[in-house]
Amino acid sequence: KIQIFCHQMSILQHNGSSVIAMAGKNCVAIASDTRFGIDAQTIAFDFSKVWQISDKLFVGLPGLLTDSQTFSEKLKFRVNMYRLREEREMSPRVFSNMVASLLYEKRFGPYFVEPLIAGLDDKNEPFISGMDLIGAPVLAKDFVLAGTADEAMFGMAESLWRPDLSPEDLFEVISQTLMSAFDRDAISGWGAVVHVITPDQVITRTLKTRQD
Amino acid sequence: MGDSRYSFSLTTFSPSGELVQIKYALNAVSQGATSIGIKAKGGVIIATEKKLPLLTDESSVRKIEMLTDNIGVTYSGMGPDFRLLVKQGRSKAQHYYRFWKEPIPVNMMAKEMANIMQEYTQSGGVRPFGVSLLICGYDFRGPQLFQVDPSGSYFQWKATAIGRGMVAAKASLERRYSEDITIDDAIHRAIRIIKSGFQGEIDENNIEVGMITEDSGFVTLSPAKIKDYLEETTLA
Repeated sequence: KIQIFCHQMSILQHNGSSVIAMAGKNCVAIASDTRFGIDAQTIAFDFSKVWQISDKLFVGLPGLLTDSQTFSEKLKFRVNMYRLREEREMSPRVFSNMVASLLYEKRFGPYFVEPLIAGLDDKNEPFISGMDLIGAPVLAKDFVLAGTADEAMFGMAESLWRPDLSPEDLFEVISQTLMSAFDRDAISGWGAVVHVITPDQVITRTLKTRQD
Repeated sequence: MGDSRYSFSLTTFSPSGELVQIKYALNAVSQGATSIGIKAKGGVIIATEKKLPLLTDESSVRKIEMLTDNIGVTYSGMGPDFRLLVKQGRSKAQHYYRFWKEPIPVNMMAKEMANIMQEYTQSGGVRPFGVSLLICGYDFRGPQLFQVDPSGSYFQWKATAIGRGMVAAKASLERRYSEDITIDDAIHRAIRIIKSGFQGEIDENNIEVGMITEDSGFVTLSPAKIKDYLEETTLA
């Protein structure tokens, strides 16, 4: 049952989440907190908002978590059908365009998610993009982020990010950015997961964070 | 598509398991003007014979049309059916671009055209299209040539011909095709084949040629260029 707080601002703040994606030298990283909460109550601390779409393509879906789950399943469905129909893998750019188109189709009854896309294209070039809940896209060279701690994350990312980060440095930068930001947000946090995608492999690490 | 009195399909199976309407549609195609497609090194060309009644303004008749910047199409069979398919094909291509923000790959375009044509073999109150299409294009998989039939079958070819003169044309293509053929040679060959099947005196207004390469995008040759090629075939 959804409790109405007198100061609840938006449905996008009903669950609470923070996600960030960053580009490095021949690598990308995407990370999210792992809190699953309903208003002020925390229900679980192992709910990642990042889903793997294919070998080198990940999508982060902060926002209303029921929509995150459903929308991620719809995206996987679309990607699988595309692979069968077109006999090729969906590139990150095309995936990003598809997400934007799908969101806009629900312009007047949207999915309450703010997707972030991170991946390597078939030439192993980094690709990151983000968009609002109705599909207005942003193609960034540095980082994209969304969620209830977004303003805190912007401050951290702007200070810590620099071009051509190696996979190890990228991991440090994205982790510090995310953690310092969501520690200032009441409804994000309770653990974090970070995926670093390189041409050879994907390394997934969970962070030990303050559990509050 | 049609009112409720014609909600049944006019294309039905014969006892022997044939869809005779499709067979008859293929007959319409075989009576149509010859069209040829040849995949060359670095591109594809399509060519078609344009024999019109006297006093027709041939420059106003277009038998080769562009579907996208990098995909072109020609046909053998019924002109008006071709016109409709071109319109629907262009629309499908733009829908694809609108959704994926990526130009439609050639094989997907062929698939879309094939699906449209198949629909008309299994819908109420309609007949199959009386055309076979030759679709040529260039994308990340390189140059490609597809044929699409009234049934909705589609095939990828290195070189092929459809229409009246297809038997002689295909025999000629089979004898001398090689994967290293240049665009120029391919055009020569296609024009020569059309010329040999042409009844009467042929000139540059009786042949249309379209081509696509990696750099060029889909273009149709001007009559002046075709005239040059024609003159070269008489010398050879």
